[in-house]
Amino acid sequence: MTPNLTVSPSFPTERISDWYIFNTWLQRALGLPIHLELYDSFGAQRAAIAEGKVDMIYANPFDASLLVREKGFRAVVQPEGQPDEMLIIAAAEGPASAITALRPGTRLACSDDPCVNTVGRILLEPANLDPSNTIEHRRETYIQVAREVLRGEADIGFLPVDAFNALSSLVRRDLQVLVTSQLHVIHHVFLVGPALHERADEITTLLASMHESEKGRRILEALGARHWEPVQREDVEFMIDIISTLTQ
Amino acid sequence: MEPAQVSGKTSEHVLTYADGSHRRVFVTLVETPYPHGKLIVSRTDPLGIITQCNPSFVDMSGYTEAEIIGQPHCILRHPDMPAAAFRDLWDTVKAGRQWNGYVKNLRKDGGYYWVYATVVPNIRDGQIVGFTSVRREPSREKVIAAEAHYRSLNGS
Repeated sequence: MTPNLTVSPSFPTERISDWYIFNTWLQRALGLPIHLELYDSFGAQRAAIAEGKVDMIYANPFDASLLVREKGFRAVVQPEGQPDEMLIIAAAEGPASAITALRPGTRLACSDDPCVNTVGRILLEPANLDPSNTIEHRRETYIQVAREVLRGEADIGFLPVDAFNALSSLVRRDLQVLVTSQLHVIHHVFLVGPALHERADEITTLLASMHESEKGRRILEALGARHWEPVQREDVEFMIDIISTLTQ
Repeated sequence: MEPAQVSGKTSEHVLTYADGSHRRVFVTLVETPYPHGKLIVSRTDPLGIITQCNPSFVDMSGYTEAEIIGQPHCILRHPDMPAAAFRDLWDTVKAGRQWNGYVKNLRKDGGYYWVYATVVPNIRDGQIVGFTSVRREPSREKVIAAEAHYRSLNGS
């Protein structure tokens, strides 16, 4: 059996080739052929998970919760010091200047990233905005979200901080950040499925020491990380408890 | 709580907790606005002793992390909050369910801040091993409504 690896579609598109390089490194280090499958939407990735087509995944906190609680996945490592935060953007010259100034009927552009959308919705609560009094435009990519805000087709947009920082300086100049989340405690994590549980400790050790070689360090830097740190089961359980408070 | 920790005009109150213990607090009328974007996270053991918190918790409470860890969560209890609200909270989460509500919290400096709080029991192998709470910014309208409701519960 060739295990399948996938990555949460929330990463910037220019890192696609870096994930292929990571997969090559992982295959060699484990002595195991691994198929990397990248999905272009959260829906497509979730369908693959439901069909049992995923054995290893770098997942956002929401999907990680689902995978641990319902699919028997085990979280092994997370990138050191990189909590997941999101922000709400508006056009720099647009009428929206603060969250509390937003009114019912606000048009918001977002992707189908469950993590970003849930936190984004929470950050709109001080303005009494919710799905019943906003108009949501779902877009395929973060770039499309930013573009829609720039064109004035949406008043605000939800983006992960990483995706916003990956926009060109020209695009960022024409946008303003209305608010940035400060949650501090949820992270993407790397998980292995039941078929690979017997190698989970080996994978943990391998990834946690990846930064010690020049090549490993270069791959990590390309992916925007310094090093992986092992994840304890209770850390993941805590994150799952936090996710469940956010989603109610 | 010592008066020296509080600045400005204060009023003194004695809080009685569910376990019968008392705490003397000094409160001011100074509200700390909830900073946009912050989400306050904390975790307690089954007895409500704080075991973990995030930087937003530290910023808003006015305590240092070292001062907070090991303290009962009721260190944040404001005298304007009716005891019935906390009874409902504890009854709900100890029954294994989630609780939501608007809460006026007491800061170390005697001031206060409003939050919309969600508390969930941490269940491991069928046992409650603690509680996790996430607090977020409430809308002003919801705070005004909660203030009026709690005032009526307090009979004032």
